Amino acid sequence: MAIVTYLEAVRQALWDEMEKDERVFMLGQDIGTYGGAFRVTAGFLDRFGPGRIIDTPISESAMVGCAVGAAMMGMRPIVEMQFIDFISCAFNQIINFAAPNHYRWGQQVPLVVRGPAGGNVHGSAYHSQNPESYFQHTPGLKILAPGTVADAYGLLRAAIRDPNPVLYFEHKYLYRRLKDELPAGGGDGEGLVEIGKARLAREGRHLSVITYGAMLHVALEAAGRLEADGIDLEVLDLRTLKPLDQEAILATVRKTSRVIVLTEEQITGSVAGEVAARISQDAFEWLDGPVHRLCCPDTPVPYSPTLEEAYLPNVDKLVAKVRELAAY
Amino acid sequence: MAKLGKDWGPLHPQVAEKGEQLAKTSLPRERQLELYHFMKLNRMVEDRLGNLYRQGKVVGGLYSSRGQEATSVGSAYALEAQDMVGPLIRNLGTMLVRGVKPREVMMQYMAKSDSPTGGKDGNTHFGDLKRGLVAPISMLGAVIPVMTGIALAGRMQGKDLVALTYIGDGGTSTGDFHEGLNLAAVLNVPFVLIAENNGWAYSTPTSRQMRIKNIAARAAAYGIAGEMVDGNDVLAVYEATRRAVERARSGGGPSLIESKTFRMKGHAEHDDAGYVPKEQFEEWKLKDPIERFERHLLGNGLANEEDLKAITAKIDAQLNEEVDFALASPMPPPERAFEGVYAAEVTV
Repeated sequence: MAIVTYLEAVRQALWDEMEKDERVFMLGQDIGTYGGAFRVTAGFLDRFGPGRIIDTPISESAMVGCAVGAAMMGMRPIVEMQFIDFISCAFNQIINFAAPNHYRWGQQVPLVVRGPAGGNVHGSAYHSQNPESYFQHTPGLKILAPGTVADAYGLLRAAIRDPNPVLYFEHKYLYRRLKDELPAGGGDGEGLVEIGKARLAREGRHLSVITYGAMLHVALEAAGRLEADGIDLEVLDLRTLKPLDQEAILATVRKTSRVIVLTEEQITGSVAGEVAARISQDAFEWLDGPVHRLCCPDTPVPYSPTLEEAYLPNVDKLVAKVRELAAY
Repeated sequence: MAKLGKDWGPLHPQVAEKGEQLAKTSLPRERQLELYHFMKLNRMVEDRLGNLYRQGKVVGGLYSSRGQEATSVGSAYALEAQDMVGPLIRNLGTMLVRGVKPREVMMQYMAKSDSPTGGKDGNTHFGDLKRGLVAPISMLGAVIPVMTGIALAGRMQGKDLVALTYIGDGGTSTGDFHEGLNLAAVLNVPFVLIAENNGWAYSTPTSRQMRIKNIAARAAAYGIAGEMVDGNDVLAVYEATRRAVERARSGGGPSLIESKTFRMKGHAEHDDAGYVPKEQFEEWKLKDPIERFERHLLGNGLANEEDLKAITAKIDAQLNEEVDFALASPMPPPERAFEGVYAAEVTV
């Protein structure tokens, strides 16, 4: 089986769905001739033509609005945000038009908004954000944040087929660093990953780390390091942030009774906060210690490597927190 | 390109004299009478809604298009069955032309279980793609890029459709007005935007939304066709929209039509519009679009007083039934509040 990067998995998922379903088309900035700022759509214009690979003006709100209209008509639009930070410019179309549409008047809006999220690449305040919590609050949306090659591929294909508006956050730190086997794709939906299901990335006995995206790899590396201490970490990869996999979250808490929620968001009002709240409310009696959120501080994303390192969670910070909580 | 020969400020269009000529039209008598029917229906439905509001039956706000019926009805009448339209809050007439029954709107306002949204949303905020209707959201301008996407999808699907929506003078100040119209222009999709300049955005006069006198002038900035029309002349609105729709359908791209009209009530029923100078109401009352059209029909021998009375009486009888039906619908069951956030299966 082919070994591909995380980025190539994203690209392949888009390619396979466009080959399979002629209703699928893309709107974005510089996605045609240029092939996208990260080359995700390189070669797409030649294969699928300007009717399906549409370069747009710098108008994020109109891009998403246009996708909403096309989706209602039965098309399967995918909007690429050049960097996911710019999704804020389309906030109104997403939270007020796309998200409540089915509830309000029964009309489906099957669209995907996707793009590179996350930091650790020195992108500073506007090319490093993790905007999931702005949308976590909005009924009607689905939010995906894959942390593996298989999920990058399978969740994106599932997103394109979903009848709801789906936000798909790719982690740009993983784009070319993460390599793995691509699931057998194409044909009859092989390689699809079910939306709404977390994945137990590592089984363990002593403490659970609930995470997603690039932080998944921080958790797995920390788990390896902690083996020497005799601490056996369980790692739950959420993959879908909305709707959260409540059962998987509670199951790992019941198993280990100690939990760290590790995410790359600013801490206040974060997805991590929602996960922690659910655990406190629904699994309180299973806990042997406080539910800890290990997130970014409440600052914008800083630019300088020394500052960004201080800002982001990493293996050292996680290991220290695990030892502290294990001893609680 | 934009026709800007006439310096026609929004608040001082030509005064309608008794028996004045409306725009030339090729519409035969029967279809002109149908236009009259829809304008009267628009106004009479809103009068009934006003009664229901005063009886405490309308649970939210009530929005009136009094004085603007010609814009909604004339523009919607220029569309074909396969076309798609996104009416805003003051476009009840558009919805009626597309086949919406008065009872549907009444039940929406009264939040009834049998309303098109089952009580989940109110007023004219409902759609039905089978009738070519897209529901708006309250954030103005947002429908413009959405209808652009509908026009784009229609072209991709080989449907011969034109998408049309509206924007008020106030709504032209939004980012989505610019982004949406520009994207529609760049993609050259079959799209028509009617800018309904009714003088006031809630309590803010048009002069505080923009320094230009004519919204139609903005068409030039997008490289699209622009036109101004007397928004209280239903024939003028119909003819201008028909030209724009034909241009769009034949690949000529989007158009911006500015309809000069006037909002004869407040922003909503609770608002007495005390900020609007009385002279403006008096001036525009003379230009009432329904009365002008009546003078046209009578003066040109297209109808007599009896014909018009018969149309009104028929609507009145129909509305008695519509009100009864709407009132009889129960309120929705509470558990419905939790249903339908996600679509479970693909249906489009």
